[in-house]
Amino acid sequence: MKRILVVLLIASLCLSVFAQGAAEAPAKPQEIRVLLANHPYGELLKAAIPEFEASTGIKVNVESLQESQLTQKLTTEFATNSSTVDVFMTRPLQEGLLFIKNGWYAPLDKYDFTDYPGASVDIGRKDGKAFIVPLVIEWQVLYYRKDLFAQAGLKVPTTLAELENAAKVLTKDGIAGFGSRGKGAAAVTQFSSYLYNFGGLYLDKNVAVFDTPAAIEALRYYGRMLGTYGPQGIVSMSWENLMPVFQAGKLAMWTDASVFLGQIVDPTKTQIPAANVGVTSLPAGPKGDSPFIVTSWGMGMSAKSQNADAAMKFLNWATSKELAIKGMLTNIPMARNSAWKDATVQKGMNPELIATQAHAAKNGYPLDRPFMSAVGQARDLIGEVIIEAINTKGTSTKLQALATEKVNAVNELLKKDGEYGGK
Amino acid sequence: MIKSGFFERNLRYIFPLPALIFVLLLMVFPVGYTLFISFTDWTLTSGRPLKVVGLESYLTVLKEPRFLDALGRTFAFTFGAVVAESILGTTIALVLNREFRGKNALKFILLLPLVATPVAIGIVWNLFYDPTIGFLNYVLSVLGLPQSGWVTASATVLPSLVIVDIWQWTPMIALIVLAGLAGLSTEPYESAKVDGASSVQTLVHITLPLLAPTILTAIILRAIDALKTYDIIYAMTQGGPGYASETLNILAYKFSFEYFNLGQASAILVFLFFVVLLFSLGVMQLRKRFEQ
Repeated sequence: MKRILVVLLIASLCLSVFAQGAAEAPAKPQEIRVLLANHPYGELLKAAIPEFEASTGIKVNVESLQESQLTQKLTTEFATNSSTVDVFMTRPLQEGLLFIKNGWYAPLDKYDFTDYPGASVDIGRKDGKAFIVPLVIEWQVLYYRKDLFAQAGLKVPTTLAELENAAKVLTKDGIAGFGSRGKGAAAVTQFSSYLYNFGGLYLDKNVAVFDTPAAIEALRYYGRMLGTYGPQGIVSMSWENLMPVFQAGKLAMWTDASVFLGQIVDPTKTQIPAANVGVTSLPAGPKGDSPFIVTSWGMGMSAKSQNADAAMKFLNWATSKELAIKGMLTNIPMARNSAWKDATVQKGMNPELIATQAHAAKNGYPLDRPFMSAVGQARDLIGEVIIEAINTKGTSTKLQALATEKVNAVNELLKKDGEYGGK
Repeated sequence: MIKSGFFERNLRYIFPLPALIFVLLLMVFPVGYTLFISFTDWTLTSGRPLKVVGLESYLTVLKEPRFLDALGRTFAFTFGAVVAESILGTTIALVLNREFRGKNALKFILLLPLVATPVAIGIVWNLFYDPTIGFLNYVLSVLGLPQSGWVTASATVLPSLVIVDIWQWTPMIALIVLAGLAGLSTEPYESAKVDGASSVQTLVHITLPLLAPTILTAIILRAIDALKTYDIIYAMTQGGPGYASETLNILAYKFSFEYFNLGQASAILVFLFFVVLLFSLGVMQLRKRFEQ
C-alpha cells in the first residue's frame, strides 16, 4: 500500500509539470513584454505606458537596458530560441543586418511608413519587406559653453582648424578644452564625422578603407585633440562619462550625438545654466562637411511574438505621431517627417538644434559606423587604432601599420560573413 | 509493473537520484555543451548553421594576441589580489583573535564588503576613481601628490581593480582564518609559555604552522574565485581602457556576447576551466605536503 502511495505521489508531482502550460492558457488579460533602451525616448515611453495600459487593457512588462546590453540580451534570447520578447527598441545600424539575416524581426507589412524618410526605412528593409520602424534620428553636433567662449573672446568654430585653436585657448584652470568619445569601440561612431570631413570612410562598397592617407590624417587629428585637450582618462570615456564632466563645468566643448541636449541642460543634473550651453554644427574639415545623420533607434517586433496583435497595437502607439511630438518637445529628434512640421514643435524646440539638423540633413552621411553584421568586433578593431592615436596625441609612428592591420582584419570578418565587396 | 520490494532493494540508488539528476542537468550538461561548441565554428553573424571544425577554434584563439595577454593578466590579477588578501586577512584575524571592547562591532563592519553587491561596489569605486570629478584624485591633490588615471589609464587599471578586490575579499580570508584560530588547541601555547617563548616566536613557530592548512584552504577558495572574476571588472571597466583589463573571463564574454563568436568563446572558456583546475590541483598538492 505504501509503495503504491509513493508511486502515486511521484506521478502526481510529475504531472503538475505538464499541467501548468494547459492551465495557464485560457482567458487571461493580454500581456506583452517590451524591451526599451536607457535612452531619452525609452524613458519617455516608460512614463507614458500606464496610459497605454489604461486605454487598451493590455498589460505591458517593461525592461530598460543600456544599449549594448539590450543588443546582447535580444541576441542571446533570439539565438537560443527562448525569447518571450514581443516589442523592442533596436539599433538599425548596429544589429539590423544581423537580426534580419537570422529572421528575428517580424515583417511589418501592415505598418504605415508614409510619414518617414525613405532612406531611414530602407536601412531596415530586405527583399522589399520592412522590418524596423525608424524612431529617433541623430547627427553629430558640437556642444559648447557660451560663457567661456565670450570670456575668451572666441567665435564659434566653423572649421576643424578653428576647433583646435579654440580647444587650445579654452584648456586652462582645470577645464578641458575639448572632449569627444575616446573609449575604443564607443568612439567609432563619433569619430566617423571627423573621418568623413577629412575625406575618409570606414567601408567603401563593403571593403574596409580606414587606412587611406585621408583616414590616417583624421585619426591623427582626433588623437591630437583628445590626447592634448581632452579630460583625463579620455580613452575610457563614452558619452555617459563625458556628460557629467560637461555638466560639472569641467569641459568647454564636446562633440557627440544631438540627442543629449535635453539631458545636458536638465536643471536637476547640471551646474551650468541652460543659457550658457550652445549647440552648433560639427565644424567642417579640409575635405568635407558631412556629419553623420543616422536612424539611431528604431522599433521592431519579434518574429516569435505570441501576442502579435497586442504587440502591433503597442508598436503603433509607441511610434505614433503624438508621442513623436512629445519627444520633439523634450529635444529628442524623431524620425517622423510630420513631427518636424508641427507648429508647437517649431515653436518649442531649441532653434540652434533645428539649425544643426537642417545642416546635417542637407550635407550629412547616413552611416556612423561600418555597416556589417560583425559590427561589434569591427568597432573594437577600429577602436584600437583610435586609442593608439589618442595615447600618442596623434604622433604614433605605427599608426599607419596598425590601421592597415585592422583594415585587413575587418575585411576578413566581412569575407567570413559573406558580406565582402560588391553593391 | 513494479516488482515487489523494488524500492526497498534499490533505495541506495533511488535516494541519491534527484541529486544525481541535478548535477547532470545543471553542471555536467553545460560543461559538456560548452566543450561541444568549442569544437564548432558557431557564429551568429554569419547566419549559417554551425559546423564541427575540430580544434580550429583553439588554434585561432591561441594565435590571438589578446588571448595570451588576457591569460597573463588573469594570473597577475589573481596573484596580486590573493597575496595581499592572505597577508592582510591573516593579520586582521590575529588582531581579532583576542578580547577587546567593540570586537563584535568591528567584525560586523568587516562583513559589510562581503555582502555588498559587486555591481554596486563597482559603481561606487568608479566614482572614487574618476580622474576629473572623483574623490581619490581630490585627496591626492589636497596632499600635493600627482594625480592618477586609476581605472582610466592602461598602466594603473589592473592595480586599481586589485585594490577593489582586496577591499571586498580580505574579510573573507580573515573570517576563515579566525575560525581556524578558534580551533587551535591551547596546549602548545602553554608549553611555549613555560619554555619562555616570546610572542613573536610563538606566532612564527606555533600559530602560523598550525594555521597553514587553514590559510591554504582560504587561498584556494579565493584564488579560484579571483581567476574567474568577472562582475567587478565588467562593472568598472568592461576590460578597458582598450584591452588593458581584459581577463580570460571578460575576453570570453566579449567573444560570445559582443562578437557572437560562440565557437571561439567556448574555446577560451575551456582553457580557463583547465587553468583553474590545474591551479587548484597544484595548491591541493601543496596543502597535502603541509599537512604531513
